[in-house]
Amino acid sequence: MEITCPVSFTDFDRVLLGHGSGGKLSRRLIDTIFYPAFKNEWLEQNHDGCVFPMNAGKLACSTDSFVVDPIFFPGGNIGDLAVNGTVNDLACCGADPMFLTVGFILEEGLPLSDLQKIVYAMKIAAEKADVRIIAGDTKVVAHGQCDKLFINTSGIGAVPPDVCISPSKAEPGDVVICSGNIGVHGITILSTRESLGFETTLESDTASLNKMTSKLVKTITDVHVLRDPTRGGVGTTLNEIAEASKVKIELDEARLPVPDAVRAASEILGLDPLYIANEGILLVILPEKHAGEAVALLQQFSEGRQTCVIGRVLEPGGASVSMKTIYGNHRIVTMLTGEQLPRIC
Amino acid sequence: MELKYTEDFRNNDRVRTLVNAIHKETVHAWKIMEICGGQTHAIARFGIEEMLPSEIKLLHGPGCPVCVTPIRIIDHVLEIAKRPEVIFTSFGDMMRVPGSESDLLKTKAAGADIRILYSPSDAIAIASENPEKEIVFFAVGFETTAPVYLATLKEAKRRNLKNFSLLTSLFTVPPAIDMILRQPDHQVSGFLTAGHVCAVTGCGAYRTLAAEYNRPMVVTGFEPTDLLYGIYKCVCQLERGIAQVENAYKRVVSDTGNPEAIQLMEEMTVPVDMEWRGIGVIPASGLSLNKRHEEFDAGKKFPSKHIPKTASATDVCIAGDIMKGNKQPSDCVYFGTTCNPEHPSGAPMVSSEGVCSAYFKKMIIA
Repeated sequence: MEITCPVSFTDFDRVLLGHGSGGKLSRRLIDTIFYPAFKNEWLEQNHDGCVFPMNAGKLACSTDSFVVDPIFFPGGNIGDLAVNGTVNDLACCGADPMFLTVGFILEEGLPLSDLQKIVYAMKIAAEKADVRIIAGDTKVVAHGQCDKLFINTSGIGAVPPDVCISPSKAEPGDVVICSGNIGVHGITILSTRESLGFETTLESDTASLNKMTSKLVKTITDVHVLRDPTRGGVGTTLNEIAEASKVKIELDEARLPVPDAVRAASEILGLDPLYIANEGILLVILPEKHAGEAVALLQQFSEGRQTCVIGRVLEPGGASVSMKTIYGNHRIVTMLTGEQLPRIC
Repeated sequence: MELKYTEDFRNNDRVRTLVNAIHKETVHAWKIMEICGGQTHAIARFGIEEMLPSEIKLLHGPGCPVCVTPIRIIDHVLEIAKRPEVIFTSFGDMMRVPGSESDLLKTKAAGADIRILYSPSDAIAIASENPEKEIVFFAVGFETTAPVYLATLKEAKRRNLKNFSLLTSLFTVPPAIDMILRQPDHQVSGFLTAGHVCAVTGCGAYRTLAAEYNRPMVVTGFEPTDLLYGIYKCVCQLERGIAQVENAYKRVVSDTGNPEAIQLMEEMTVPVDMEWRGIGVIPASGLSLNKRHEEFDAGKKFPSKHIPKTASATDVCIAGDIMKGNKQPSDCVYFGTTCNPEHPSGAPMVSSEGVCSAYFKKMIIA
């Protein structure tokens, strides 16, 4: 992505400890980088916090921190990842995300041009998701005390009155729908790590999913579960749902949308695509009678074009996930143990 | 990236054809042991056992290096990794293997500089970038991976890197088969030998074993059709009373193996008596760096202060009996209760190639 925002840094080009001091340099950072990108009436209250109006009803709230390494990767950077991550967590509560706050922890020496690119990506991601960034904070730590920058985003969104989404609501007779290719973000990040010595043409799938979820929950009233399978991947996320709902879930290996590049990289590295992180797909669990309608609806969105049914919810009890293999026998899909890959988001 | 290669060897029609051929061929009951942990993992992953006739039982052999690395080596590794001058490097699968008191992951969390690498050659790069540090790579494996470590060591030597060394835990397969077949009450009718080990060593050593113990040894690969073809060939021999070495993995394995890799092992290592975790010491079943390469042997460079040289006391794990083909994971009172992938008491529950980890997944599904 080419950056066009015309801000010049005449007297400094890297983050200094003083940028986090609360003094003049902090002010300049805010005025030259953050405000121009995030500008809105709430942010411009220019206060210790932000006061905003809210209609009564149900609200959803979520927070997430981002430490991805590297901070720039094919298909995105830590900035849009941070906005999309919290937007998607809210979306999976059935909410329409409204406001985000952003906390930056910057490492002394970070090029300001990098920060500017990241903030610009956040601005674009926020616009796409139709959310406002209404409060923020910046701290600077000495060189070596964090790695380039870490970002926290927190957000709130409004949940429509009739919508009730929960990981504990999966029921026998439901189907499991997946809105896109599995494992793309994780393998993209892996391919950028120098030591692995392989290249792919993959790009991270990072995207906001709230437009899809919003239309889905407003069109089909009994959507039971929405989840974005980020760290731990589809396998771990479905295990959490099986546990919360006390049901058995069965995946169909032949239907899993695993792109060739992900499959090949997984074979080489000994990874299972079911446990690789995603940043732009959605798992939907709803009664089978709505499956066709939901798939067609999600396929209308560019990020949902590959949507398909990947499994079903079996009888209650057992709280486990299994997979019908391409040979017709079954294998267990356990929860991911330990860390498959550090600093993936 | 071209994918067809693996897809072809997972093709459902071919799998069915082979399964039918095995069913047709099988008359008597046979117990066939696959040696390699990679094969055990693939058998569990693709559900191979469920496809076989009830007369055929698969036994899971000792070919998972993560599982058989003795506790005293893990303890020694932890001692070295804690040294302030050391950057300790390892493949990821050793990180959670329990020593007597801790593991690499916990030691790393407590502040030791331990790095997970995907290739030992990355350790060379770390060594040349950090001349003031000692870089140790945990070289765990069979004849398959030993030449990779040795080639890395040769490169370090060529670059005159004095701060690089290997902590070896290297095993060889034929002495383990010999040990299993020496047991008077062993139950193994025939073996699927590890294809990738044979790709390095060739098939020679297995001829002696097949003849001496009158057991078929079929060189077998790792994809579903490879495994089924190996089982088919083994059953064919068993039903006809033949006991030969047969190569069912010809696209990878040649009769003579890989001469360069063999030469590296001959040039740089010496056979030693080796302790296998859970099994005990097997004569001449390990490889150690020879005298000319002693300066690169981390075990000698950083001698252990506390750990006895003799075999460690037996732990609660019965993995040894399982890997000898005498017991099943379900015979273990700890299996699936206090010992599970999240809290492994024994190494075979840690590694994805460990027999207990593979069986644990199957147990849930049954």
